[in-house]
Amino acid sequence: MEVRSEITDQFKLVAQEQDRRLAPLTDNLPLMDSGLDSLCFAIVVSRLESSLGLDPFSSDEDAHFPATFGELVRFYENAAN
Amino acid sequence: MKMPPTNSLSLFTALSDLSGLSSGFVSVGDETVAWRELLAGSVLDSRGEELVGRSVVIATKNQLTAIWAMMELDGLASRIVLYPPDMPLEHLSYVIEAAEADVLVSDRMKVGEFVPPVRYFTPCCQKIAALRYDRGVPIQTEWILLTSGTTGPPKLVVYTLASLSGAISQGSVSNDRIVWSTFYDIRRYGGLQILLRAALTGASLVLAGDGEPATSFLTRAAAHGITHISGTPSHWRQALMSPSARLIAPEYVRLSGEIADQGILNHLRSAYPQARIAHAFASTEAGVAFEVNDGLAGFPASVVEGTAGVEMKVEGGSLRIRSGRTASRYLGRQATILRDAEGFVDTLDLLELRNGRYHFAGRRDGIINVGGFKVHPEEVESVINRHPEVQMSLVRAKKNPITGSLVVADVVLNGVTSSASDSIGRLQKEIMLLCREELSSHKVPALINVVGNLAVAESGKLVRSHA
Repeated sequence: MEVRSEITDQFKLVAQEQDRRLAPLTDNLPLMDSGLDSLCFAIVVSRLESSLGLDPFSSDEDAHFPATFGELVRFYENAAN
Repeated sequence: MKMPPTNSLSLFTALSDLSGLSSGFVSVGDETVAWRELLAGSVLDSRGEELVGRSVVIATKNQLTAIWAMMELDGLASRIVLYPPDMPLEHLSYVIEAAEADVLVSDRMKVGEFVPPVRYFTPCCQKIAALRYDRGVPIQTEWILLTSGTTGPPKLVVYTLASLSGAISQGSVSNDRIVWSTFYDIRRYGGLQILLRAALTGASLVLAGDGEPATSFLTRAAAHGITHISGTPSHWRQALMSPSARLIAPEYVRLSGEIADQGILNHLRSAYPQARIAHAFASTEAGVAFEVNDGLAGFPASVVEGTAGVEMKVEGGSLRIRSGRTASRYLGRQATILRDAEGFVDTLDLLELRNGRYHFAGRRDGIINVGGFKVHPEEVESVINRHPEVQMSLVRAKKNPITGSLVVADVVLNGVTSSASDSIGRLQKEIMLLCREELSSHKVPALINVVGNLAVAESGKLVRSHA
């Protein structure tokens, strides 16, 4: 649960900072439709690396990129375990 | 090897000369126009005769009107200046002055506020008029691309249609089976390459509309059956996070504009197993140099010696390029040397040779590449240093799996601020706000660290680690 709430917080924070309208963060929400652009994602990933100590995007060159918010959460949860 | 275009050839005549120009089209957002309709119409209100020999800035938001204006003006105007839609409008007056422009083509409402008097102000009309003027004998038009400068205004980089299209094999028969697409804006070098690839071969082209979300763009690209598609590694990383990326089935995937790491090459290989995946080395100043097709990051050392039409050397650690595809010079007040006495362009990209393969190892000038956008640390530092509580700052790159790099700032305070964490937090927010007001979003630091001191060399300059 901690991973999910941290990701949710960072999405909200970055959306606010970058003046973006964030869609409701349901598991089925495609990341591309979340309201964040690639720069916002880059900032989220960078901040999560600081707060969770995880960067699953860099640690596995062959992993499939997550496409929905739920997949992103699982991507981080798997890396945490 | 097909003949490169001659100097007298214009984009308009090249496209008109293609036989079998029956089905090639350009699709931008919800508008689709066949190349032949584009040739028959005028987006400049059929006032082309007034524009002969003029220097024209194209600053439209819409990519389709920009393409149309380019098509009409190449061979007619003395200069075409491509003003990218994300470039702040405050630089417009400098660009007009540097390009000695006397005509502005724009569909933006606010443009007038920033513009010194120009001889003609030609807004693009929404309704396309028929082309009703004699284009005469084409003249050689200079194409001006903008790229970000060290501080403040952009640099103006001079090309011709011949140098821009030097890497494109052209034929006299339309290749309308091919449908090109790109995530780039066509006012950027990488995007302009794709526009020219389509226009000079009669292939179709699918582009994003103004503000069109990536999901909708990819869905539309799939509906048009795109066969060839290009973008930066950052564009691709973002696209692969969309379920819509699974809708397209390209036969050719091209990366350029940033270092392609092994991760993104592997992701693309597994997403598009049927596609040829190539990463190209090209830059706004050095043009298209070469393409790597073996699916591996970096490039074989043999490329330096063995690329037809392009001479390369590694000197002082950086890649230097001489070819008919490089830009010729910079325009404007702060114009520096673009090509050395021997005609080589220093790309400033540092290379490291490992096991017979070159890998990119950062920039000599410290430029940070954020998702294909260049950031000069000095420009960001000059904004941060305006804050009354900041003594000095150092802006550097932080590696990022989405955009390649992000901008990070280390800031030394001048002692006014209390060291309490709430004061530091307030200061970080204020600096962030200041940067957001003054800089494009990719230049704003993602993280601001307050540090005790920064290393200063004997020269009095900040010590920068560029690799």
